[in-house]
Amino acid sequence: MEAMISNLGMLELAIGLILAGCGIGAGLALIAGIGPGIGEGNAVAKALEAIGRQPECKGDVTTTMIMGCAIAETTGLYGLVIGILLIFVAPGLFVDLLMRTIG
Amino acid sequence: MQSMPNKKEKRAEKSGSRFFASGSHYLLLAALPLLAGIVLKVLFGVQKEGVSITGAQIFFTLPMPWMDLPITESQINTWLLLLSLYFLVRYLTFDLQVVPRTKRQILAEWLVEKTESLVRTNMGAHMMGFVPFIGAVLALSAFSSLLSLIGLFAPTSDMNVIAGWAVLVFLLITYYKLKCGPLHYLKSFAEPLPFFTPMNIISEIATPVSMAFRHYGNIMSGAVISVLVAAGLQGLSALVFGWLPGWLGEFPILRIGIPAFLSVYFDLFSGCVQAFIFAMLTMLYISGAFAYDDYLAIQKKKETSLQQDHARTEPSAAADPRRG
Repeated sequence: MEAMISNLGMLELAIGLILAGCGIGAGLALIAGIGPGIGEGNAVAKALEAIGRQPECKGDVTTTMIMGCAIAETTGLYGLVIGILLIFVAPGLFVDLLMRTIG
Repeated sequence: MQSMPNKKEKRAEKSGSRFFASGSHYLLLAALPLLAGIVLKVLFGVQKEGVSITGAQIFFTLPMPWMDLPITESQINTWLLLLSLYFLVRYLTFDLQVVPRTKRQILAEWLVEKTESLVRTNMGAHMMGFVPFIGAVLALSAFSSLLSLIGLFAPTSDMNVIAGWAVLVFLLITYYKLKCGPLHYLKSFAEPLPFFTPMNIISEIATPVSMAFRHYGNIMSGAVISVLVAAGLQGLSALVFGWLPGWLGEFPILRIGIPAFLSVYFDLFSGCVQAFIFAMLTMLYISGAFAYDDYLAIQKKKETSLQQDHARTEPSAAADPRRG
């Protein structure tokens, strides 16, 4: 009986560790959002400068800027997708793995 | 010229009603699949308690020899959307005339011309065959994202759908790279130095992955943030108006209207921009993969060698009967 209780405690601890690891990992993955933030800020600042200098090519500059912003966003979105996977997919996967190894 | 419309009207009156003559029944048919999607969602959708962020709901699974094939909400919605788009296009191109007289024909011509100019500027005049494909990608992607406006699950917020599109684009890229011959293709991996081969292979694989992640990440993050904001507003309204008696206290009054402002960005703007970017990247990658000058040179070389072969074999063939 005591062995069972202690086993249960260990199992809960292990699952808690998995959840904590996934949560911390997701948080760390979203640090990737810093880069696109700085990059897109720079891109928009330069686009505004260009529009200020040459207001007649506003349309072209805006289209190209949105395009560039979307591409600069990619690295941030890698982090976002990893974060989403870590929160919604990974815990179930790892808990399943744990259960299978325990038997 | 003036007798033409009169004839038209007479024919329309003869054939039945002006309703069918103006092609409006196609609009009705275009709306039907979307209604069917809503009905499906209402009838078979799983009612969610509170806040839950889930993927596409699985309607049923088809047994397959290697792996069971789940038919999910995103697939059903994509099929319904394809039907709807088909009828919408039939409506736009119904009863075309040499001189456009109706607004929908002008709209249809404008769409085609815009897509053509987009492809011409980004891919070159030698790849104008891609106009229907790019138009289809744009329409499907944009309308898939916009499906969330009528409360349906947007297929673009499912990773599998976008990954399928990205794999299609990857196959097209590889096909156009192979057009200059397999040796040319293999050599492109060892550029600029043989030392760079692993990096080139990784970047080749990264193309579809980045395309899929970009589109999926944008739409999915919008959906997640919308759900979180809606839940937050529900909690806030319970906090503020909780003292009201009866159902008034439970009614999430702050959820009315305020999430719509977020929806303008996440559903309308983000969906359309991502569709444009997906189509743009498709065009850029495919036209970048196709070395047109090399292809022309190879074709010319082949032609000249064929002509030389022809010239070499022809006299001998002509000489043969004389010898015999």
